[in-house]
Formats: sequence, C-alpha cells, structure tokens
Amino acid sequence: MSFLPALRALLLACALSFLALASAGAQGLDAAVERFKADSFSDTEAGIAGVAASGSPQGVAILEALLDRRLFAGAPGVFFRDKAGQGFNAATGSPATVPAEAGMVRLNNRLRNLVQAALGSMTLLSPDPAQRFRAAEAVFKSRDATALPAVEQALAKETVRNVRRVLEEARAAIILSTTTAPEADRIAAAQRIAEAGDNDAVAILRQFSAQSTGGLKAVIDQGITAIEQAQRIRAWVQTVWFGVSLGSVLLLAAIGLAITFGVMGVINMAHGEMVMIGAYVTFVVQELFRSHAPHLLDWSLPISIPLAFLTSGLVGIAIERGVIRFLYGRPLETLLATFGISLVLQQAIRTWFGPTNREVSAPSWMAGSFEFLGLQITYGRLWIVVFTLVVFAALLLILKATPLGLQMRAVTQNRRMASAMGIRTRFVDAMTFGLGSGIAGIAGVALSQIDNVSPNLGQGYIIDSFMVVVFGGVGNLWGTLVAAFTLGIANKILEPFAGAVLGKILILVLLILFIQKRPRGLFALKGRAVEQ
Amino acid sequence: MITMRLVKLMEGRGLIFLAILAALAVLVPVCNLLVPPGSAFHISNGTVVLLGKYLCYAMLAVALDLVWGYCGILSLGHGAFFALGGYAMGMYLMRQIGTRGVYGNPILPDFMVFLNYKELPITWWGFQHFPYAMLMVVLVPGILAFVFGWLTFRSRVTGVYLSIITQAMTYALWLSFFRNDMGFGGNNGLTDFKDILGYNVQAQSTRASLFVVTCIALMLTFIAARLIVASTYGKVLVAIRDAESRTRFIGYRVEHHKLLVWVVSAMMAGVAGALYVPQVGIINPSEFHPANSIEAVVWVAIGGRGTLVGAALGAVVVNYLKTIFTTGWLAAYWLFALGGLFVLVTLVMPKGIIGVWEDVKARLRERKAIAAGRAGAAAEGKP
Amino acid sequence: MSFTRRGVLGAALGGATVLASGYRPAFAQAAPIKVGILHSLSGTMAISETTLKDVMLMLIEQQNAKGGLLGRKLEAVVVDPASNWPLFAEKARELISKEKVSSVFGCWTSVSRKSVLPVFKELNNILFYPVQYEGEESERNVFYTGAAPNQQAIPAVDYLMSKDGGEAKRWVLAGTDYVYPRTTNKILEAYLISKGVAPADIMINYTPFGHSDWQTIVSDIKKFGSAGKKTAVVSTINGDANVPFYKELGNQGIKATDIPVVAFSVGEEELAGIDTKPLLGHLAAWNYFQSVKDPANEAFIKAWKAYKKSDKAVTNDPMEAHVIGFNMWVKAVEKVGTVDIDKVIDALPGITAPNLTGGVSTMLPNHHITKPVLIGEVRADGQFDVVWQTKGLVAGDAWTDHLPGSKDLEADWVTLKCGNYNTVLKKCG
Repeated sequence: MSFLPALRALLLACALSFLALASAGAQGLDAAVERFKADSFSDTEAGIAGVAASGSPQGVAILEALLDRRLFAGAPGVFFRDKAGQGFNAATGSPATVPAEAGMVRLNNRLRNLVQAALGSMTLLSPDPAQRFRAAEAVFKSRDATALPAVEQALAKETVRNVRRVLEEARAAIILSTTTAPEADRIAAAQRIAEAGDNDAVAILRQFSAQSTGGLKAVIDQGITAIEQAQRIRAWVQTVWFGVSLGSVLLLAAIGLAITFGVMGVINMAHGEMVMIGAYVTFVVQELFRSHAPHLLDWSLPISIPLAFLTSGLVGIAIERGVIRFLYGRPLETLLATFGISLVLQQAIRTWFGPTNREVSAPSWMAGSFEFLGLQITYGRLWIVVFTLVVFAALLLILKATPLGLQMRAVTQNRRMASAMGIRTRFVDAMTFGLGSGIAGIAGVALSQIDNVSPNLGQGYIIDSFMVVVFGGVGNLWGTLVAAFTLGIANKILEPFAGAVLGKILILVLLILFIQKRPRGLFALKGRAVEQ
Repeated sequence: MITMRLVKLMEGRGLIFLAILAALAVLVPVCNLLVPPGSAFHISNGTVVLLGKYLCYAMLAVALDLVWGYCGILSLGHGAFFALGGYAMGMYLMRQIGTRGVYGNPILPDFMVFLNYKELPITWWGFQHFPYAMLMVVLVPGILAFVFGWLTFRSRVTGVYLSIITQAMTYALWLSFFRNDMGFGGNNGLTDFKDILGYNVQAQSTRASLFVVTCIALMLTFIAARLIVASTYGKVLVAIRDAESRTRFIGYRVEHHKLLVWVVSAMMAGVAGALYVPQVGIINPSEFHPANSIEAVVWVAIGGRGTLVGAALGAVVVNYLKTIFTTGWLAAYWLFALGGLFVLVTLVMPKGIIGVWEDVKARLRERKAIAAGRAGAAAEGKP
Repeated sequence: MSFTRRGVLGAALGGATVLASGYRPAFAQAAPIKVGILHSLSGTMAISETTLKDVMLMLIEQQNAKGGLLGRKLEAVVVDPASNWPLFAEKARELISKEKVSSVFGCWTSVSRKSVLPVFKELNNILFYPVQYEGEESERNVFYTGAAPNQQAIPAVDYLMSKDGGEAKRWVLAGTDYVYPRTTNKILEAYLISKGVAPADIMINYTPFGHSDWQTIVSDIKKFGSAGKKTAVVSTINGDANVPFYKELGNQGIKATDIPVVAFSVGEEELAGIDTKPLLGHLAAWNYFQSVKDPANEAFIKAWKAYKKSDKAVTNDPMEAHVIGFNMWVKAVEKVGTVDIDKVIDALPGITAPNLTGGVSTMLPNHHITKPVLIGEVRADGQFDVVWQTKGLVAGDAWTDHLPGSKDLEADWVTLKCGNYNTVLKKCG
C-alpha cells in the first residue's frame, strides 16, 4: 500500500489547482469540516470539496457518512457515525459520542452527485472490487479531469475484468471531455465509448456531437448511429421481454381462476380478493419478521408463499362450503353471490387494515437489475416470471399426477359417474375451489412486489383474469398460459404506438372479435361437456 | 277491446305497478310544488331528485330483465348503453350552455377551451338540436347493441362467454371515455348543465316535469316489455332461454330473435340514461364501470328475475338502502350490507322479492284451500 | 405491528358518538351547529379520503373542547359518497337540505367537486376543498384551500431549473389521463417553452388510472434521459398508480441523482405504502410536509397521533389544508357572529389563519389562499426533507397566466363579485 500516500499527494495537487483551495493537510480538513456547520447547501458544497482535497485518512469515511445521512454538525463540532453506529469526531478521527444538538448535514441531488464524484476519485484504489467498480462508475459519470491520473494508476493495477472495463470507459469519457486533449486521443476515446454501447455512452456522445468538428465529430456520429441501430434491435427484444413479464403477471393472476372458473365453472368474482388476501398475508408475515426477526427479513417472502396459499385456500373452502355449493348448476347466480362476497371481503380488509396502502418491501435478492445481451433485466421481474412458471408446472402436476387431481378432473367431467365410482364429490369440490383460491393467494404474494397492497388490489386484476381465461379456452390450463403471454406481448407491442390506454382498448376490441371467431377460446374443450 | 286486452296482458301486479307509477306522477309534483314546505305532505326537492334517480335505475333494470329474465342473455355491460344514452343527453345539455360557460365560448364547452380545441369535434355536431340528440339517445346504444349482437349471436357465443365479453365491451368503453383525447370531457365528464329545452334544469318545476316524464317513460317501457314477453315472439324468447338448441332445431332463427330483443333493451337503457343525466346533473365514465353493470344485474336478481315488476322493485329497494346506508355511522357498513344482501338473496330467495311474495301468496291460498277443504269435509261429514 | 383496525373502528365509533351523543350542559341553550363531511369512506378513493374525515372529526372535537362556536356545540355529519360521483351530488344535497349543515368540508377528485358544484350553487352553502387541483375555477360557494397550479407545479419546475435543482434541460411530463395532469402539463409545457426549452426536449405521457405495468414507460424515460442533457421527470401520476411506478423506477435503477422525479400527488400517506429505499432523493412539491419543524405543526402531529391512537399515523398536505380551512371558517363565523351562509361567504376573504409551516395564510378574494411552496426529498423513513422553499407565501391564482383561454380571466368575489371576469372584454362571464 505504499503508493497510496503518493497517489493522495497527486490527487491533492490536482484538486488544489482545480478547486483553488487555500489551505491543505490537516488544517484543510479542519477548515473544510467547519463548513458543514452552516447548514446551507453552498457551505456544504465547499466542505465536500475541502474534505476531498484534504487527503485526510478519514476523508472517505466522512463523505460516505454524509451520503448515508450519518454526518452531524453543530456548535460542539462535526461528528459522524460508522455503519455500526460508533461515533467519531470528524476533524480528528477519534472516537466520540455524537452530541444531541448536532443536526444531520443535509444534501440535495446536486451535492449528492458531487460527493459521489469525490468519493469515486478517492476510492479508485480501494481493496474491495465492488467499491472500485462504484468508484469507476462515479468517475465515468462525473468525468472529472482531476481524477485522470488516479484512473490511469488504477488501470495499471486493475485485474478484475468488469472494473477494468468501467475504468477504461471512465478514462475515455474524461479524455473525450477534455477539449485540450489531442484530437487523436479524443477520437480513440470516442470509439472506446461507442463500444460500450449503452444509454450512458450514447448520452455522452450526443453531448459532444454538437460541440465537436471534423474527424472527431464523424467518429462520434458514427458511434451514435451504431448504438442507435443496436438499440433498435434491442428494443424489440426488450418489448418481448416486457410482454413476457406482463404476461406472467396476467398468468399468475388468472391461473387460480382457470381452476375455479375454468375447471369448476364457477364465475368467481371474489377471485381478485383471494389475490388481495395473499398480498395481505405477505404484509403480515413481513411485519412479524420485522418485529421479531429482522435479520431474516429477506426470507419473509418465501415463507409467505405457503401461508398465503393456506389462508386464501381456507377462505376459498369456506366460501365454497358456505355459499357456492348451494349454487352449482346456476353459474350466473354464483356470479352475483361471489360479487357480494368480494364486496364484503374488501370492506373487511379496509376495516381491519385501514384503507391505505401497506408497504411490502422487496427482499435484497429481488432488488436491482443486471444486463443481459444489452437488456436491463430487473431481478424482481425475472423472479416473477420464474415463479409463475414454477406455479404453473406445480399446478399441472397436481392435476395430472395426483389422486386428487384425477378426482377433480373426474368430477368436473362427469359428476354423477364420478360419484358412482365412489368419489366424494363434495369433498373434491371444496378441495378444487380451495386449490384455485390458494393459488390466487400465491399470486398475491408475487403481486405485492409490483403493485399496491390495498383493499382495491384484486379489483385491478379481476377483469383481465377473466379475459385471459376466456381467451385461452375455459378448462384448459395450457390455453391460459398461451393466452396470458399472447395478451402480455400484444399489449407491449401496441403500447409504444398506441399509448398505454389505447393499446389496452385495442386489445379488448380484438378479444371481443376473436371470441366471435372462436366462441370457446383458443383451445376449446371438445366433447359433450361443451354443450352444458 | 284493445284496452281490455292490455289490462289482461299486464297481469295483476303489472297493473298495480302502473297504478303506483301513475299515482307518483301526479302526487309527487303536487306535494312538491303545491303543498307548502313544513306541511306533513310536502315532498322536498331532494326527494324528488332521488325518486327520479331511482326510477331511471328501475328503467335500466326492466330493460335488463327483458334480456336476462326472458331470453337468458346475462349482460354485464348494460351500464354501457345506459351511459351512452346519458352522454347523448349530456352533450345536448352542454351545447345549451352556450356563452354561459366560464370562458364564454359560444360553441365549445369549457373543457374543450381548456384543452385548446380549435373547433367542435365531428362527434358533437348537431347535438344542439334536441330532436337530433334524442335520436342519438336511442340510436347510439341501438347501433352498438346491433353490431355487438349481430357479431356475437351469429357466432353463437352464449352463457358465461357472452357475459364476459359484454363486460369487456363496457370495460373498453370505460377506458375510452376516460381518455381526454376522445373529446367527451375525460374523467370529469359533462356537468354544470343550465337549460333543457329552454327551461332551467335546476328550477323546481323543471325537476318535477322531468320526474313526470321519467314516470311516464318507465310506464311505457314496462308496457312495451310486457307486450313483448306476452306475444308469440316473447314465448319464443323464453324457449330460447330454456333450450336454445331445441328452439333452433324447431326452425326458429334464434339469432334474429335474440338480436331484436337485445337492441330494444339497449335502447330502453339508453332512454333511462338520458333521463338520468339532467336529474343527477353529471355524466362521467364511471357509469361505464363494469361494477355498475353488475350492480344493475343484482337489482334484477333481488327484485325477481323474469318478472319485470320485480326488476324495477329491486332497483328502487337497493338504491334506497344505499341512500340510507351511506349516511352517518352506517357508512362503514354499507359494503357489508350490500355484499351480504347479494349473498343472502341468491341463497335464500333465488326468485327475489317477487318470488317470496308469490310463495307467501301461494301458501296462504293453499292454507285457505285446505281450511276450506276441511270445512267442506266437516260439513260433508255431518249427517 | 399495529393495524389501524382500532383506529378506524375508533374513528367510526367516535363519529357515531359525536352524532348520537346528546348535548352537554354547557351547550344546553342552543342547537348544535352542524358541519358536513363529504369524503368517500369506501370505494377507490377511500384510500385518500378516509383520513381527511378523521382530521375533520378531530378538529371538531378540539373546537368543542374549547367551548364550541358562538357558544354552540359543533356537530359533525358524516356521509359516505362511496367514490361514486353522482352519489356525491346526492349526498351534498342531503347534507344541505336535510341535515341543514352550516358548511361542508369535502371532495378529493376534481370530478367529485364538479359533481357537487351545481348543488352548492343551487342550495347556497359553503364547500371547503382541500386538495391541489388544476385551477381554472372560482365559485362563490367554494373555498379552495389546496394548491392552484402556480402554488405547486411552477415553483417545482423553477427549482429543477435552478443550480441546486440540477439545472434540468430536458423534461418528461408524466401523468394520469385526467383533467388535473392534462391542465398542469399544458401549463408547464407553455411555461417551459417560454423559458427557452425546445419542444423536442419535452416528452408528455399519459397513462390510465391505476396503471400497474410501467416497464415500457420507465424504460422510455430512461432512453429519453440519455440525450446528454440533464433530465427531470414531473409526475402528476395519481394515487394508486404511483406505487408500481416507483417500484419500477427503483428496479430499473433510475436514481434521483441521474433523473430526479418531482411528484405532485405523492405525500406522506402514499409513501407509507412504498419501500422508500430505492427512492431516496426523489422529490415532491407540496405546501406542507410532516417533517417541517414548527411548534404548530408539532402540536398538530401530536394531537393527530393521539387521536389515531397510533404512533405511525402520518400527516399530509390536504390534512393541513383542512386545518387551515376549518380555522378560517371558525374565525369568519366568529367575526360575523352567525353561521348565515351569505354573511360567512362575504366575511371569509381577508380572514387569516396560521398554517402549519410557520406562516400565516390569507383567504384571497378569488377564494384561494396564500401558501408557501416547499420541495421535499424522500427519506428512508417515508418522510420528506425540505430542500427548498419559496421566500414568502405564494398567492393562489385561479386562472393561469400561461394558457390562452384563461390568461384574460380574473376572479374576485369582493369587488368584482365575479369568478371569471374577462379583463379584455371588461365583463363577467
């Protein structure tokens, strides 16, 4: 680590010339830290620059604390806490208790950018690759010319490929934005940035396209065209991905209905409320974890899945036993009764949990995104797609490979015959309805990640769910799958041209027309059952 | 002769229903306009508006019962026809505002000025003329119903599929009317009406007149519906409801029969909507919401499906309950009450209020017959 | 964990007792003064409006504890218009003609206000409307205690154009497709163009109510933001659609330091339903934040938490608007010594009442009030840090100066006695 002081000195020199600060070293830090007390954004800005320039060993810690709202300033001095909560005096770096009268130093977005840029050039050589990656990204964004020597130094040492790539891009970005740099260097830099090919790259190129002339401009414009072309192709892939992702949400919402409506023929208007109950179970489980086992919070979501299944399933069985069993063979009356149940359930949740939205946070493994073939794929959406397919497969398995599934199919195909064969049809009815409702509950767990957890949650999905099931063909799970993805992708293809609202209207009209052509959906059941 | 036949066609309860409506049409305006406030017989302005609203809903319910109760078409989109009729009337009323809008534009309604419309969209042309607007009140729902029905019935979409796509229809319209680019005022809809046929819509005499018109319209709707169901054509409808394939095999053109009653019912709903708008003072896309249409179905179920009178009764009863349940401490329980009612009615009174009434009557008659029989037997047993 | 069941039930019972309880000896001489509360307690709008009902019940309770008004007890009359617009009109009529209330506090959406307007005009009563709205209206019977566009939208854009706001040069105006976003965006577009922003640098996008799939739009915003110019998003997205919108922003990694989003409809209540960690630094423009350090505000928050019996109860901007409106009404009634509608309407302009952010708001002749404009940044705990605020109070402008149709109009109910006086034609209406 012997090069660190040297680098710091270099950085310091650059910063000094750039920021034209009067003092340096420890006094520099003292003076800089003092500025935080003023509680004005311009003083804080000077403080940030001063801390960055001071080269003090606790500079990084101070700026990180500032970014994380752990820096406090007041008459007794300036203090910060580390991540563990231990207090320090910012000027001296020695442990101290943070006095109560010291208020938190506030930031706004502009200052936050400055802090990140400063931290970027200060942590380029951090031992932690993740931090180096962030640092390089920050430098890429700030394009701070004073950071160039540090970037060069870091590049010389860097072995991790990802970090190296970002460092190279950062260097190119700095060179491109240094108007005094030789033309050849800038051209090379522009080419390097064009290679990166993402939104940030095109943003930089666009910015300099207008300001440059001659060969450089030609290279930049060429780069922009290439990226735009690649982006156009990518946009299509992205649209399909968005469609798949929307389709999986539709499938998830509809799949329970495919059982209760599709298999049993019950028009279950309370289906949306089963989804809502699942979402509220997720909320309750999360709250329990938060108060009793905060360190396991990330696991609350997986644990909610069986609980949501059970809760919604039990509510479903209760509804079946209490109401629906009296109404078999009168599908339109079940519609009315279940609509009534949905109103009651909504209001019950509203009275119990209050009418406002409830927060369900994303576990850390569902947050964020990654790049795949130049596409930004968010983990949350990916998990939902995977989860949906798993649920679908499991359901298929239950129906096709378990005794209960066999009985369910038997009862729905010919109730009397099934009964004559010794199947307890009433029990099977209750189980089937419970299964459908339970799966709706599972859908609620997933939907809590992307939508409001409120008493109105179910209402937003009920009509779409019916459309999916009817489009796919009642009584056919594969039809539901195909229908959900078709509608999802079609919606996303139409959205850029027609807009979100008109796109949805068009889909509905197409659906109505489609039903005229194939009155029983994509995959209609054949046989005598159809006539009933 | 004809009157005698009509009276016969109305059945007992139909006559009672018509008599009540006729009485309302006379008594309500009298008690509202002539009886001084403070008297026990005075009917307040608010009550007149409320009653008018109930009767519009009753008309919608009768129209719905005509297709559901007698032809087995469960429409979850009848609210769309109601709302379209309402919009046609609303557009007429908007054009009557003239220069009295906040921006004083003689042609464009306020919301158009405010969204920078330069000229009146073609959809609005002609709506300043009352006869044209009234034509549209029946024509727009009628044409929509015709196109929708022609496509749907021809391809033999029935049962729940039909219900779901009627829902899709009203849902699509709901979304469309929300769009400000459609030129119908978006979410705010049409409101702040001034005149109808030159009379101030807020004047009490206008309100009373509208109420009378609503009563008469409901009576006519009911008589028309009754004539339809009592005719041979009506019998075919019932046959379609009970066994569609058989009726087709006998040789009836099922689609044509269905289409006719469907279009007539949509037009009736349109008229109901048109009468509704000047009385409540606003029309907005929420009338297209699928839940509204389902609620209308519930009125019919609660009153008694396939009885016409029951449908109207159900609409009035449910909406009266809504009025009561949305004030004061009861407000928190309104949805419990409504939801509970739906479940109870479908479970306990599958034939609705009218059904229960009939049952009670039949039981009384039976008891009387038994008693009479006993008395007769006792008398016979006497030496 | 604490559910608000008890809170809601308590509030409902509280309302019931207020309604049902007989008079106390102190008020024995006179009949109570009735105050109508017209907020949806069921349906889609219950999510926002229920707390406003509770605030009103609390304010009335406090006023009664202080000895009532004019020596008479105040009595709240709660109705539930159930998020149904015609029902709003019906219930307004019921409040005024059947319950004979002396004023009504209520409505949230513009359409509900438009629906009850004719009723208030016809039956001559007072409505206090507490929500920020699109302006373009000034009625004799309505007092607008929420923000007009010039009290929220324009200062927010000014801030984003300033050095501290990041000097935004490219703008996304995203909103739900209804009148408030449409108008606000029209005003903002005209304003931005007048500030030299090229039309190509403005992207306008509308989505339906309750829109939940934001993937395409958020990725479009991201792409729009990659033009090499600082980009900012102005969001007039309504209520329910915000949660999925912000979740998608967080997922796609749009950080406030890159593309800040300033929202006009996202307050403390809405944030309570969102995991705010990915949203740090995104902005909201309001006239009040719960986090404002002010003795009046702290007293109000304390009372509110005690009333709701929950430490997690949050306050927000429309609640403050009801506080100001209620205090103004009380003062006006005390000034004229009667609840006579016409006298109170005439007395209200010029009445002042302290707001909860340290200033004193005044009711203007155009029936709007003066308010400070605050820009807040989302914090991890679901509250906002105020990062900027206007120097003084901004007067609400009923008719915007940035649209051709309304720039010649003026509202003045004191001297002109007119809500839409045309300054060019020199006539009313």
